[in-house]
Amino acid sequence: MKIELNITKANMFEWARNYCFVLPAIAIFSVFYIYPFYEIFNLSLHEWNGISPNRVYIGFENFKELMQDEVWWSSLVHAGYITLIALTFQNTLAFALALACDREIKLKKFYRVVFFIPPVLSEVVVGLIWQWILHAGVQGGEQIGLLNRFLDKIGLHHMVNDWLSDPKTALTCIAVVHSWKGFGWGFIILLAGLQTIDKQLYEAARVDGATSWQSFRNVTVPMMVPVILVVVILTVLGSMQVFVLILSMVNQGLVFHTEVPVTRILVAMTGTNRFGYACAMGINFGVVLIMISLLFKIISSRMKQA
Amino acid sequence: MKKIAHVVCVVIVGVAIFCNITGCVRTPPEKNVVTVWHWMTDRDQAFKELAARYEEQTGIKIKINLYAPSDAFSRKVVASAQAKVLPDIYGILGKKKIFASFIEGGFVVDLTAEFQKDNKQWEKSLFPKALAANRFVEGNVYNTPPGIYGVPIDVTNIQMLYNKKLLAKAGIKHPPKTFAELLAANKALARVGVSGLVSGFGEAWMAECFASNYAFNIMGQEKVFATYRGEVPYTDPDWLKVFTVFKTLTEEGVFARGIVTKGNKYAEQDFALERAAFSFNGSWCVNVYHKMNPNLEYGAMLPPAISTEYPMRIWGYAGSSFVVNNHSVRKDTAIAFLKWLTAAEQQAYLARETKNLPANRRALASVPDVLSDFAEVMDQTTHPSIWPLDESSLVLEKFDKGLQSIIIGEKTPEQIAQEVQEVKEREMAKQKRK
Repeated sequence: MKIELNITKANMFEWARNYCFVLPAIAIFSVFYIYPFYEIFNLSLHEWNGISPNRVYIGFENFKELMQDEVWWSSLVHAGYITLIALTFQNTLAFALALACDREIKLKKFYRVVFFIPPVLSEVVVGLIWQWILHAGVQGGEQIGLLNRFLDKIGLHHMVNDWLSDPKTALTCIAVVHSWKGFGWGFIILLAGLQTIDKQLYEAARVDGATSWQSFRNVTVPMMVPVILVVVILTVLGSMQVFVLILSMVNQGLVFHTEVPVTRILVAMTGTNRFGYACAMGINFGVVLIMISLLFKIISSRMKQA
Repeated sequence: MKKIAHVVCVVIVGVAIFCNITGCVRTPPEKNVVTVWHWMTDRDQAFKELAARYEEQTGIKIKINLYAPSDAFSRKVVASAQAKVLPDIYGILGKKKIFASFIEGGFVVDLTAEFQKDNKQWEKSLFPKALAANRFVEGNVYNTPPGIYGVPIDVTNIQMLYNKKLLAKAGIKHPPKTFAELLAANKALARVGVSGLVSGFGEAWMAECFASNYAFNIMGQEKVFATYRGEVPYTDPDWLKVFTVFKTLTEEGVFARGIVTKGNKYAEQDFALERAAFSFNGSWCVNVYHKMNPNLEYGAMLPPAISTEYPMRIWGYAGSSFVVNNHSVRKDTAIAFLKWLTAAEQQAYLARETKNLPANRRALASVPDVLSDFAEVMDQTTHPSIWPLDESSLVLEKFDKGLQSIIIGEKTPEQIAQEVQEVKEREMAKQKRK
């Protein structure tokens, strides 16, 4: 009986010791993840202006209103459009440049540095630079904006436009600038991936009579699939959450044409002071991002199997 | 040996948890140091200079912390209020409803007794209009206990500015006083390749302010307030006239290209670099233009009136104000500093250095010449912060975005009026349900 008690004491000590080791992780996870999420969900069930001590419980009213909020859903579509441009234009550019820099070309290191400059610049700075490039004003009959001036000089007067104040072009301009700023990340990751491909595979393909295109299609692309998937996921998550660039390029936006989910959340929190509604938006947006991530995870595992 | 290792591990883990917990604990406030948070980039140096003088005189250190731009400052103040880590003195930006929420939350000291001490000496030294934005009257719509809760540092108003050189170049002898004259002036300016009006309409409140000027001019204050109460619809012919002002100014090419997404900083740059003949901006611009182009020759004018039935009313009164944190352990020291800051000598220094209209009436003599145009029309000012009622922020968002839609030619004034009215009715129904 005495021996059993000793074993129990030892087990207790072991149990306590083990929990001591995981306690900091649990504490940090609870304080910085579980509690904020609980608080966000709790706030989403209230009407609250963010300052007042009184929060009014309104149940799922914020979520109901969100379902009917056309501006919110169109903001998700806008974020999707920016993501689509980033997935195609940005990643194609990144892959093409990575392929070029993977070869033995002159000034290879210089190009690597140059291509990585846009990602390290602040989004505010990038936004302001592009705002100047796309400036629509005229002074003394001369275009002020660099793009309009260029178009004017080469005789394409009909293409001169008010780029950031035209609903047809504003979002595309933002998407292109976002891609320009972001392609450097993809470039670096893809270049690193390309450098891990065994050169002997290309040698073997060449011995078998493969053309450059066939080598690219049958060696480079299959070997790069896992890396491309990582770049795609990072691009999607980064592009869906873009907002600083938008604020610095079009301020509070062009009507609702340049709204994305994060700008809507910001407006709800600090513009219309509806913290509860902003939290409901945040939860809805989080669910959308989780669904997209899961979709890519499924695609990724299927591609790996294939 | 194994047991010792276990004990050491447990101690390390315990210390780590202790450090984590104590690391989150607030540091005790420094003695004899008053912390001030503000957003006024152009006044930061002057505030720091005054803080140094105050320390020299009293031995109390004033820590001036700048957080800009203003919207980032607003977010910081709201987040700090939620975490109860506000400084001794800070500013509250935004609508009066927000100010009222801070008071309701217990974050602001009621300064009424201080203002009324010594036969209201402090209150009398300041312009009543400067105090109005910080005053809550009996029976206000926010149910805030009546009192004065903030200390004005300066007064401001928002008007149109005109470039004297560019107007002369177009053969225009005097700035336009009527809407028709503005359109005629714009035609003359266009002939010499000069853009018309530039403003920061990318910041929605500026377009709203411009529209509000014309709303007061076209239908008068009572009808504007009746609309906010829901008694007059936004589809009323007078509101259509207000929306049509934007359509006309767009169609006549008065608005400079890109105005709809332009931030005010960029608009200020365009006017200072003589890219446009007119600007719609606040009296703070005097300092900004001076820094951007000291040789700029310009004057201030009221937005040209469209109707003679009611006077043109511009936004004014509320300049920058500071409040004292109710949770501060140095409330009295903070109040003493604000009294010193709003005294004539310090106000004169601020007016000279920052080219803003002072809140202290005795410091007005120190105002630079160019500001006198702004000072002259203070009687014609009004401001949402002193209105007895508040329009729903969702209605205002629709209104502001609607103005943008009209400027880019996407929608007609009638469509926008209808859309704004729909939101208004929805909000009123929501209020009724509550």
